[in-house]
Amino acid sequence: MSQSEVHFEAVSKSFARRKDAPLLVLDRVSLHVAPGEFLVLVGASGCGKSTLLRILAGLETYDGGQVILDGQPVHGPGADRAMVFQHYSLYPWLTVKDNIRFSRQLKVVRDNLTSSDVEAASGRSDALLNLMGLSHAANDYPNQLSGGMQQRVAIARALMNRPKLLLMDEPFGALDAQTREVMHDLIRHVHQLEGTTIVFVTHDVEEALYLGDRVVVMAPRPGRIDSVVGVPFGRQRDQDLKATVEFLALKRQILHRIRETSGMKTDRDMLDQLSQQGSSS
Amino acid sequence: MRAQPLEAGGAGPLAAPRFASGARRWKVRLRIRAAIPRWVYVTLSISGFVLPLILWQWVAASGWVGSLFLPTPLDVVHSFMEWTRNGLTDDTLISIYRVVMGFVLAAAIGVPLGIYIGAYKWFEALLQPVNDFVRYMPASAFIPLVLLWVGIGEGSKIAIIFIGVIFQIIVMVADAVRRVPENYLEVAYTMGARQGEVMQLVIWRGILPELLDILRINMGWAWTYLVVAEMVAANSGLGFQILQSQRFLNTPKIFVGIFIIGLIGLLFDLAFRWLYRMAFPWKRA
Repeated sequence: MSQSEVHFEAVSKSFARRKDAPLLVLDRVSLHVAPGEFLVLVGASGCGKSTLLRILAGLETYDGGQVILDGQPVHGPGADRAMVFQHYSLYPWLTVKDNIRFSRQLKVVRDNLTSSDVEAASGRSDALLNLMGLSHAANDYPNQLSGGMQQRVAIARALMNRPKLLLMDEPFGALDAQTREVMHDLIRHVHQLEGTTIVFVTHDVEEALYLGDRVVVMAPRPGRIDSVVGVPFGRQRDQDLKATVEFLALKRQILHRIRETSGMKTDRDMLDQLSQQGSSS
Repeated sequence: MRAQPLEAGGAGPLAAPRFASGARRWKVRLRIRAAIPRWVYVTLSISGFVLPLILWQWVAASGWVGSLFLPTPLDVVHSFMEWTRNGLTDDTLISIYRVVMGFVLAAAIGVPLGIYIGAYKWFEALLQPVNDFVRYMPASAFIPLVLLWVGIGEGSKIAIIFIGVIFQIIVMVADAVRRVPENYLEVAYTMGARQGEVMQLVIWRGILPELLDILRINMGWAWTYLVVAEMVAANSGLGFQILQSQRFLNTPKIFVGIFIIGLIGLLFDLAFRWLYRMAFPWKRA
C-alpha cells in the first residue's frame, strides 16, 4: 500500500481584489498529514479549507510557506493525487465505465503501461464498479444516475490510478441525508481497503467526526487552524456511534469553536439589538 | 409532464378528481408548460401550414389583390413545373454548392480560432476585440470590396457567405469553450492530463454538441447571405432567379424561389438535428 505524507509549512495565500487590499485567505497554516491518515478539515465558509485542499491538489498557487508531499514540494497537479469534487465532475459524454477508465486515455499513464497492466486495469475498473455497487450501471451515462451514484462513480474514477492521496472537497454536500450515511460507510470501507491517505473537506461536523482520524477545525478571516481534534473512536465505526454521549459531546465542542470563530455571535447580538429596538418603539 | 398526476387523479388534496369534466381537463392543458396529447400537437403543426395556405388561396381568388402582387397557389405550382423544365436543378445545385463551400471554409477556419480564443487568454486578447468589431460590419456592405478583390466568379459568392458567418462562428464557439465547467478541466489535471489532452479529451469533447448547434444555426444564416450574394453578382442560382423574376414581374416564380430556399434550409436543419441525435445519445436520457 502506498500512502502519501503531507507537510504544510506556514502556507499563506491571498486573493487580489480590485479595490481593497488583498484578502488573506490562509494565514501561515502549518499541518502534518500522516501516511494512511483520514484527515478532515472542517469550518465555516470562508475559513480557507477548500483553498488549502486545492493547494495540495496543485490547482491553486500559494504565496508563502511550503507544501511538501512525500519529500517533494508541490508544483501543480499530478496523477499521484486524485480529487473528488462536489459538483460537475463526471464527463456526461462518457459512460460510467469510460468515466472510471478516463485516466487510461492519458499519456502520463500510457507511458508506463505494459500489456499486462492494461489487462489489470480493466480488472481494476470492474473491481471498482463492484466495490461501488455500480456493476449494473456500467454502460449508463451520468445523467441517468442519481446524485449518490454519480458521486460513487467519481470516487471510483479517482481510485482508478491507485492514488497515494485522495482529496475530497465536500463530496457529499449535495446529497440527501440517507444517501450521505451510505456514502460515509462506503468511503470508510474504501479507506480501510485501499489504505490511501485521505484529506476530506466538509462543513458538516457530524460527517467530520464520523469519518476522520483527526478533525482540523479552521477559522475564517484570515483562514487559519483553530484547533485539531483527535477522534477517539477507533476505525471500526457504525451509524449508532453518532448517538453516543461521547460523539455528541465532541460534536458540541467543535460546533462551539466554529460558532465562536466564525462571527456568528455578532449576528446574534445584532438580532437581539434589533428585536429590542422593535419592542421599545 | 406536470399535468400528469392531476390527470391521473392520484392521491393528494391538490389532485383533480378522477372523473374530471372535459372542460376542467382542457383547462389543465392550457397551463404554462403543460403537456398536450400527441394528436393535438400533430394537428396543430399541420394546421400551421394549411391555414395560411387556405387564407392565401382565399385572398388571391377573391380578387381584392391583383395577381401581379399575389398569385394563387396554383399559379405558383405551375411556375414551379415550368422552372423544373428550365434549369431548376442547376440553379439549386449551384446555390447549394456556394452555401456549402462558404460555410465549410468559414467553419474550418472559425472553429479552431474560436476554440483557441475561448481556451487561451493570449488568443482572446489578440483576436476577440477585433473580431467583435468586424462582426458588426454588415456582410452585404463588403460586396463591392469582394467584387473588386475576388472578381465576379464563384469566389465572390463564396467569399460573401464566408464573411457573413465566420465571425459569428468564432464568437459562438469561443463562448461554448468558456461554458465547459472548470471542474471538467480540474478533474483531468488531477488525473495527470496535459494541456493538449485537456483540449482534446475535455474541451473538444465537451463542446461537440454545442458546436453542432452552432453550425446548424450558421447554416441558416449562410442561406441568407447566399441570396444577398446572388442578387448582386451572379447569372445563376436561386437568388439570381428571384431577382430576375422581379425584373420580369414574374411573381409566381419569386414565390417558388423563396419556398425552395426555405425547404432546403429546413432539410439541412433536419439533417443537423438527426446527426445530433445520432452522435450524442448521452444527451437524450
